[in-house]
Amino acid sequence: MTIQVTAGRRPAFKMGSLIGIVVLVIAAVFALGPLLWTLTTSLRTPAEAFTNPPGWLPLQPDFSNYSAVFSQIPIGQFFFNSTIVTVLIVAGQTITCTLSGYAFAMVQFPAKNTIFAMFLATMMVPLQTIIIPVFVIVNALGFSDNLASLIIPALGSAFGTFLMRQYFMQMPRELGEAARIDGASHFQVFRLVYARMASPAVATLAILNFSGFWAEFYRPLIFLRSQDNFTLPLGLVGLQGNLGTGSISVVLAGVVLAMIPSVLLFIFAQRYFIEGVTAGSFR
Amino acid sequence: MATQIQKLKPAIAPPRPSARRPGALRGARREGIFGFLMISPAVVFVAIFTFIPIIASLVLSFVSWDVITPPKFVGLANYAQLAQDQSVLRSFGVTLVLAVAIVVLQLVLGLGLAVLVNQRKHAWSKAFFRTTFYLPLLASTAAVSIFMGYMFDAKFGVINYYLNLLGVPSVPWLTSPVGAMVTIVAVTVWQQVGFTFVMFVAALMSVPREVLEAAAIDGAGPMRTLFRVKIPLISPSILFASVVAMINAMQLFDQPYIMTKGGPGTATTTATITMYQSGFENLQFGYASAIAIVLLLIILAITGLQFIAARKLVFYQ
Repeated sequence: MTIQVTAGRRPAFKMGSLIGIVVLVIAAVFALGPLLWTLTTSLRTPAEAFTNPPGWLPLQPDFSNYSAVFSQIPIGQFFFNSTIVTVLIVAGQTITCTLSGYAFAMVQFPAKNTIFAMFLATMMVPLQTIIIPVFVIVNALGFSDNLASLIIPALGSAFGTFLMRQYFMQMPRELGEAARIDGASHFQVFRLVYARMASPAVATLAILNFSGFWAEFYRPLIFLRSQDNFTLPLGLVGLQGNLGTGSISVVLAGVVLAMIPSVLLFIFAQRYFIEGVTAGSFR
Repeated sequence: MATQIQKLKPAIAPPRPSARRPGALRGARREGIFGFLMISPAVVFVAIFTFIPIIASLVLSFVSWDVITPPKFVGLANYAQLAQDQSVLRSFGVTLVLAVAIVVLQLVLGLGLAVLVNQRKHAWSKAFFRTTFYLPLLASTAAVSIFMGYMFDAKFGVINYYLNLLGVPSVPWLTSPVGAMVTIVAVTVWQQVGFTFVMFVAALMSVPREVLEAAAIDGAGPMRTLFRVKIPLISPSILFASVVAMINAMQLFDQPYIMTKGGPGTATTTATITMYQSGFENLQFGYASAIAIVLLLIILAITGLQFIAARKLVFYQ
């Protein structure tokens, strides 16, 4: 429609559009190039791994690196550890944040606004600022060098509570009131009426937590000591440090394996990844 | 629907003792208890692992504690030492330089790409580019630091190989101070630009069509529409993205720790790396806490400045 009105500008607009698509394609090459390099190099023999030009097309893929990564380091154990940590945190926060988010949005109780304000205030504080006391507390509780040191401190979340509260706030109150009149208890109203409608927010929170904790490096670096307890990012960095330059393709095979769960999840739940990025902006 | 409700009403209306006053009071109390029960799991975890640690961090910054001997109150000594400590002050400077470079590039590139993608007419091409620019975020920062470390290798890396093909001599990416800083900025922006990009695409889609049509009727070209209409309309999103990106960039740790260990020398030693070193390598918990508190104050100050600057620049509808 706009083009009809400004018909005189049409050729210039087309030129701009052409430049636009060229820029986008170049940007896409830069975005995808390193990922493609990682994938194809993981499929080259260790001897060729660091030779240039890189083999952009894996014409003769060599999968030996993928078996080597299992035999050289306990990557199966790393996968298991990362899975335990991520799944338990995602499940735990889904429960605690759904309950608290609902209460802050829909339930009247004393000191509600004060407690919520304290939650909001903690959201501003970076992890780095509190890591030393958390380390001390975790050790005092007997979780040192244990996956529990990563899981237990992450089971509650001010941000998750905030995210769920924002979602419950948009829901109509009349539904709950009607259910109350029909004799439902407070918890039944939550469980049977509102919790069922919250699945998009739950999915967004779960995806945000999955991507955050699956990729986490800082806390594992500080809390874990023995290799058997390492999560994938920490284990891979250790692998990179332990091996000589000859085994780059083995390290990269590990990197590719570690990315597979994220990519699979992204394929099926892309919408919630995107939602997660914008979730914070609806203040 | 209406008939259904009418049918239900008489069946439920008779047994309603809660309509009486004492019952209503009891109801409010019961609701209060229900509310506390609902928030209690989250409150317990947030209190123990976030709220108390914030206060503990502040307290620790006033003590000297090497973990082995009992902590000793030293007042402001940690802060006084910090103010004299060249390596810590330098690390704050390094952090600030890297963070500003990262955030500016993230905003400019993210906005530029978002505007271009927003102009694509076909849904599939929008979806393709959106997925493409988001993909790097699916890798962990550790993984990205590992493979980028290989790619930026001065002797064997693929980056220098292609630069040589273009006639550019090899750059000592990770082995020279400036090269290492540039590499860390490039690697971080490469991975994180998807974050600002996705936010700006969402914001641009919410710009009302009528406004753009009105601008076109008034004879505004694409550039003028961009700078005078689109950018002002999405400025709240730009502010939000810049605040979040800055808070994250000030905590930069994984990329320099993995790719350069803070080097060469101290060229990429960020504040969080010095904090990690003094806390978990030298076991100076008090001193490390003081660094953490100063970092928090700097982040809060920068966020405050961003909001003050935004008062003049951001356009709220």
